[in-house]
Amino acid sequence: MLTRLKEHSFLFSELVKRDFKKKYKRTYLGMLWSVLSPLLTLLVMRLVFTQFFGRTVEHYTTFLFCGNIVFSYFNEATNSGMSTLLSNSHIFTKVNVPKHLFLFSRNTSSLINFGLTFVVFLIFCIIDGVTFSAATFALIIPIICLVLFNLGVGLILSALFVFFRDVQYLWSVFTMLLMYVSAIFYSIDGYSPTVQMIFHLNPVFVYIRYFRIVVLEGRIPSLELNLLAVGYALLAMLVGALIYKKCNHKFLYYV
Amino acid sequence: MDNSIKEKNPIITVDDVSIRYIVGDFREIGIKEYIMRRLTRNYKVREFWADRHISFTLDRGDMLGIIGTNGAGKSTLLKAISGIMVPTEGRVECNGRIAALLELASGFDGDLTVKENTYLRGAMLGYTKAFMNDTYRSIIEFAELEGFEDRPFKQLSSGMKSRLAFSIASLVNPDILILDEVLSVGDGAFREKSEAKMKSIIRGGATTILVSHSMGQVRSMCNKILWLDRGRQIAFGTDVGRLVDAYEKFLEDKVLPEGI
Repeated sequence: MLTRLKEHSFLFSELVKRDFKKKYKRTYLGMLWSVLSPLLTLLVMRLVFTQFFGRTVEHYTTFLFCGNIVFSYFNEATNSGMSTLLSNSHIFTKVNVPKHLFLFSRNTSSLINFGLTFVVFLIFCIIDGVTFSAATFALIIPIICLVLFNLGVGLILSALFVFFRDVQYLWSVFTMLLMYVSAIFYSIDGYSPTVQMIFHLNPVFVYIRYFRIVVLEGRIPSLELNLLAVGYALLAMLVGALIYKKCNHKFLYYV
Repeated sequence: MDNSIKEKNPIITVDDVSIRYIVGDFREIGIKEYIMRRLTRNYKVREFWADRHISFTLDRGDMLGIIGTNGAGKSTLLKAISGIMVPTEGRVECNGRIAALLELASGFDGDLTVKENTYLRGAMLGYTKAFMNDTYRSIIEFAELEGFEDRPFKQLSSGMKSRLAFSIASLVNPDILILDEVLSVGDGAFREKSEAKMKSIIRGGATTILVSHSMGQVRSMCNKILWLDRGRQIAFGTDVGRLVDAYEKFLEDKVLPEGI
């Protein structure tokens, strides 16, 4: 596995370069857009929701940003990942290359965007008066889980998208609904314990909650939340990898 | 000891290979139609054998010409050899690094420059960055694309595109080179140059598979020949001249020869 990875590292880096160049082709601000768009969403949410939720939630800007940064990374990675297999069909029907590389390279540019936004996020935290501690380093756990989760979901979506183009419309409706149940701009403290449990069925919410506990409460979350975060990531990767393995030679017929 | 055994093993073994292709309207339909048709048992997938019971072996330095009319299964067979498709039945075994050029000039990215495309293609063919850095100059020189390196690929003429594709695949010194309708590219001068290049690759010990509709080319370059017709193997052999004659006769009177 490791030797295969090394063998394809050159192809991988070339694909990442290509995706970057194509993405920001003929844009004036280039990569800045990737940071600007979550910031603008943040600004609007801050303006609109402060009246409703801002009074009961401390550090409401940071609270919002935690939700926003996780969700927009998930949203961007899965939406752009969906089309990777189909848009590279002219390559894999002519040359024998590992097909998951296309998704991995596209996700790398999403990850870099996330990294940039994350730096802005840290700056906002300082401005908002949030104090960092040693526990802040625990953020690496939800980030790694989120990367894996997005890759897994991307694998599943890109495979499905080859077979059914409806997936893109279904997915855009689904992510919009998901946004409302991910508690991005409100706190779930007001709900009964049962409803709070149900919220944890949503992986995106779990990652947002992880972020908030680490940043706003300055502690490492419970073992249960850690297991959930890791579990969702591994599950998504497992399902995605199985689909790719099973359909590896079937994609060809559908493109 | 080990080496001598390896030398004797054929480079490519195609053993009773059959490939079933599926076609149908499943590509066009969405989820709703799919579910409806599944429920009403109206979902049909047509299958046909693109290749049926194909067998041959190639040794080091062999050059195989594959001939046959359109739809004979030539390209599908090449896809199986290059690992893009898996045979439904039978077995393909290749010993060595393959550079496959299927449907030339596709698989390039129009928005990227010539240089970027060259590196990307090199990476796809499995070469390292260091190797591409070393070879890049000679690839561009051979394709006669000096001065076009920073142009977007889509601005090139189709002849230039094919020249680039040929140069990359041939200059990277593969063990196995698969060429699908490649040598007919470019103008007369480039064609001569590419044929000379091919010959030197073969002399260097590479095993080559060539699909061509130019019988002159097959006659002058190949030492083995495989004739396919609608997925069936009509003939495989080393007497290139006789088989090409038979094929040309077949093209005229459309009657498959008996017992060839």
